[in-house]
Amino acid sequence: MATATHFASIEAYEKGGVEIVGAESPKRYLFSNLFEVAGRSRPWERVVVAKNLEFTIECAHAEGDSPWYICSHDETILAMQGEMTVYFIAPDDSDLKPPEDKQGARRLDVEPAGRIMSHVKMGRGHMALLPAGAAYQIRPQSLGVVLLQSIEGEESIERWAEICQH
Amino acid sequence: MATATKHPTETPIIDDDHKAVLDERYGYHVYEIGRFKFERDEYFVRVSYPKGTYIADVGNFLRSMMRDVAWGFFYGWVNFDDIFGTVNRYGSVDVFVGTYNAGYKTAGTDFVERFDAAKLLACFKSLLSDWTNEGYDPFAAPLETGTPYGSKNGNNDEAVNFQRELAERFVGLPGDTEIRTDERGFPVNRHFRDVVQDAPEVHAEPGFEGQLSAFSLFDYLARSPVTWNPSIVSCVGESAYCPTSEEHILPIQHGNDRVEWFIQLSDQITWEVGDKETGAPRAVVTMKAGDVSAMPADIRHRGFSPKRSMLLVWENMAPGLEERYGSGELPPTAAEF
Repeated sequence: MATATHFASIEAYEKGGVEIVGAESPKRYLFSNLFEVAGRSRPWERVVVAKNLEFTIECAHAEGDSPWYICSHDETILAMQGEMTVYFIAPDDSDLKPPEDKQGARRLDVEPAGRIMSHVKMGRGHMALLPAGAAYQIRPQSLGVVLLQSIEGEESIERWAEICQH
Repeated sequence: MATATKHPTETPIIDDDHKAVLDERYGYHVYEIGRFKFERDEYFVRVSYPKGTYIADVGNFLRSMMRDVAWGFFYGWVNFDDIFGTVNRYGSVDVFVGTYNAGYKTAGTDFVERFDAAKLLACFKSLLSDWTNEGYDPFAAPLETGTPYGSKNGNNDEAVNFQRELAERFVGLPGDTEIRTDERGFPVNRHFRDVVQDAPEVHAEPGFEGQLSAFSLFDYLARSPVTWNPSIVSCVGESAYCPTSEEHILPIQHGNDRVEWFIQLSDQITWEVGDKETGAPRAVVTMKAGDVSAMPADIRHRGFSPKRSMLLVWENMAPGLEERYGSGELPPTAAEF
């Protein structure tokens, strides 16, 4: 059917690319494919696939439970592949939350003590808010890929030369 | 006689109201603002300015005008084609002919005037309403609407007054924008009937209701009634997710005044990229599902989507970025390696 909608996955993606006219450089377009990036990353590495000054979109290979994270500002998660559940806790220890001037996600060593806020069950194409100050953990039911709308921080990994068209 | 005030850059800002006079040949009004005069006949728009005449297909012109008006002149340059367009100066707007076209510049036939944004918007909104006939929707893909051609035949104000949805924090939170449903008047588009219409489950514990939100972005986009018209679904500071559904051709060539990013969520779009100042071709970017690409701050781009597709446009809405990129304080690319 000509109008069948095509989504991709780690197992089945086809990459486009940048064709240059004249003296342009393809590197300026920072062209990558998020499924390729996720497929070549270790689980829960937060690889920056898009950056706009301090703001980031980070791509993660979702396999096995993620670490617990917490952030001083909102983030969002978009499931691009797989099913998963996100668990939220309001930590008792307010010092776990990074100060307001500390941006990006902070990894916690263990599940924090606190009140269980909720859980969200997500599948492909679903998007959830990761609210400021709530600790969260993502538990995939199977291999998945997620995009995290965030701000550059200690968990953000930039490897443009490895992921982008040269 | 035009009244003009001075902008900090010393470019005079025209803040006179537009004039509209009925053209009885076709039933449309002729619009005048500043030294521009806009006329339409059954097929074409004709723009007269002190150095010459610009002519274009009226269908393309109305589709471009629709985006320019709906976006409030958007970020930076909205090129209706290689010759005519607007530049958002945030509070004022330039209307130009040939200013960003190497041929016009060399010939000295380029022309630009700067207008108070509210006055120009009022003119363009009136023109769009008057020139759009019953049965034609300039927001729709060509296969989904009637013809823009012919003499005056009613109007379609419901279509041209369509308001895009702009979440302040996240879709579905109390007081923020809502998810799209049949009941709200957002049926699934004909090209997305095969998209799974499921939804995430939010299980909030007592006391935390309303603090969390989740929705199906793919379902949200499958129900988009318009093309090439981003909404906002989430904001992290000034970082805004602006997803949109695309079909046929982006009517304008967008020359952003900042870096923006595209993430192709489904299907395929090919982008034609040119130099922002001259229009000289620079690249063709083909994006397939899962592809990610930046659009540098010194280019103009136009997309071609053969099937309705889902695109996540990502913008940095921070005010003042246009000056930081324009002055060279910030490089035109998002990162270097």
